[in-house]
Amino acid sequence: MSVDAPPTPTAGLGLQRVSGPSALGGGPRRFFDLLWLMSVTEFKRVYFGTVLGYLWSLIRPLLLFSVLLLVFTKVFHVGGTLVEHYPVMLLMGIVLFTFFQEATSNSVTSVVAQEGVVRKTQFPRLVIPLATVLTATFNLLLNLIVVLIFVLAFGVSPVWTWLLFPIALLFLFALTGAVAMALSVLYVRFRDVAIIWTVVAQVLLYVTPILYPVNAFNNPTYERLLMINPLAVIFSSIRIWVLHEADAPTPVHSAGGWLGLLPAAAIFLGTLAYGAWIFRREAPRIAEEL
Amino acid sequence: MPVENELTIQPIPSAPGPDAPPAIRVKDLHKSFRIPTQRVDSLKERAVHPFATREHRELHALNGISFEIRQGEFFGIVGRNGSGKSTLLKLLASIYRADSGSIEIAGRLAPFIELGVGFNHDLTARENVVLNGVMMGLTPREMRRRLDAVIDFAELREFADLKLKNYSSGMMVRLAFSVMMEADADVLLIDEVLAVGDASFQQKCADAFHQMKAEGKTIVLVTHEMGAVDAYCHRAMLLSDGDIKHAGDPAEVSREYLKLNFASELNSELEKTIPAEENEPGEGADLAGLRIVDEEGEETQTVEMGDPIHLEAEIELLRPVPGLHVGLVVANADDVSMFELSVPIRSKDGDNIKGRKVTVSATIQNPLSPGRHFIHCGIQSPFGVSVFRSKAATFVVFGTHPSKGIIAPEHEYEYVIEGEDDL
Repeated sequence: MSVDAPPTPTAGLGLQRVSGPSALGGGPRRFFDLLWLMSVTEFKRVYFGTVLGYLWSLIRPLLLFSVLLLVFTKVFHVGGTLVEHYPVMLLMGIVLFTFFQEATSNSVTSVVAQEGVVRKTQFPRLVIPLATVLTATFNLLLNLIVVLIFVLAFGVSPVWTWLLFPIALLFLFALTGAVAMALSVLYVRFRDVAIIWTVVAQVLLYVTPILYPVNAFNNPTYERLLMINPLAVIFSSIRIWVLHEADAPTPVHSAGGWLGLLPAAAIFLGTLAYGAWIFRREAPRIAEEL
Repeated sequence: MPVENELTIQPIPSAPGPDAPPAIRVKDLHKSFRIPTQRVDSLKERAVHPFATREHRELHALNGISFEIRQGEFFGIVGRNGSGKSTLLKLLASIYRADSGSIEIAGRLAPFIELGVGFNHDLTARENVVLNGVMMGLTPREMRRRLDAVIDFAELREFADLKLKNYSSGMMVRLAFSVMMEADADVLLIDEVLAVGDASFQQKCADAFHQMKAEGKTIVLVTHEMGAVDAYCHRAMLLSDGDIKHAGDPAEVSREYLKLNFASELNSELEKTIPAEENEPGEGADLAGLRIVDEEGEETQTVEMGDPIHLEAEIELLRPVPGLHVGLVVANADDVSMFELSVPIRSKDGDNIKGRKVTVSATIQNPLSPGRHFIHCGIQSPFGVSVFRSKAATFVVFGTHPSKGIIAPEHEYEYVIEGEDDL
């Protein structure tokens, strides 16, 4: 052995073109590893870092639920006549909407908050907004257990349409993910996005049949208008499938036929496309814009 | 050579030959940044002035550079601030995207950029280590297996469950460095880390570097510390204004770097901030000029350590002066006089110099340590001339190695290691 022998280079490594940062990239395994790890650590951070932990995520929607239940049943007398299981519908709607709101509004600042990581390491950028969605999903799944207890306690019997519930959830996840992607990169450039989104989310809460049933207006035009909102379609479907009330109108009925659902479908697909497009376009430059 | 000794001696790897496979190949890499003169940060401004051409200026960080780093090579990148070296590193690390040109890398790459790999300050050290490992391309399982090794290397066992926001900056850097070491990448990109931690941790880093070098890892080091370039690198490259100014032998590159650095530093503001102190009005004589020149006689402000110092002084005489004497005192930055050069001036016609101008050229052996130096000049005659000019000139002695003490005398040495044959 000669002391001067050059070190044996790590054998068999071929050159590979490096194209810079991107939304995906780095292989699917690493993407999902990172997504899972970031979501879990964030979930742990929030719920083991506070005294009441997970309870906070439950107390918030429950408090909102109690107040709204009181206001809408005792003051406005919404429930009872129109909805068979108004409290259950209200709770389920609040829990699902809380998920949408939490995931999207957390995603707004997510990329900027991770500035240190973004500017110093290379990894699929898409992980960041999607991790906030996944973290919110963990909360949602835990809260849905509570919803299930309520559903059973209020005497709703299990039916086969419950199996359709996950499909509705998938639509909700897709929409939430797309909005999160768009918001997270837009915020890097335009800081007003944060304020705008709190307002928009507030408006969305009222134009989605959560506090009131779709047919509360007793006016087909309003019902049709509501069904332009893809969230309204998703929430109405969930109500039908889970609570299976005999007199609840289906989204198709509310929209005045299948054609009436076209705007909602267009908005849904448009949001998905826009989210994917803008994130893909901005991802390579995020580190420079920060 | 006795064979049994060899195993204990760590082989000092020489540079991989030119036929070694490439680890990094960069071709015609361009990168520029658009710097808006007025940043449009809000949608409102966009909405109010939708057609306003947003003014920006183009900052060219890299102007089409090409180079190749071979596998097993320890490659240094040096350059002044703003030379484009950090941009280059971020392009190599896939943090920025190049405008044009190509980068090819063989194997997995671990970056270590700007002190701290990019930690989430709300998470504990353990969580951050795993997260970072996964970012570098390891599986979570693999990284959890190495977690203890990382924490131990960083000497942070007691603080492993502490959130990073409670860490000192030194602890954070130690952790980051350890993650990079354990990430087991094929190519390592390292930016300014040699001043990490305390003395014992620095030694650990130095050992680790040597080991990585011995293992044949490809390492790209960006640094200001020329000593490190000399000590570790097989080859180096000097960047200046987005171009490769010099590439090759590390000693040469670091010399070029120091020259470039001090030259521009002196030419800019420092010259103005150190004005020559006002001299007393000369009675019959004045110092018209004092400058340091290089071998070609061109004015310079830098002298390499060990190279002779060439001086030129011009003295103007306003009346005949007998017994003229010029004294030049070289002092260091702390104003400690290092030595004096005494030049008695005698005219051919006797002591009395009638001429108007005397030029003194001197060559001084240079025992000075690196650093800034000043020259004070005194002109005297027993017959009424006494001029003293403090800090009449300044120059910087530069060297690749920092040296303790105020002088660095030339020296020779030899040594014998017991049991080894003479070479």
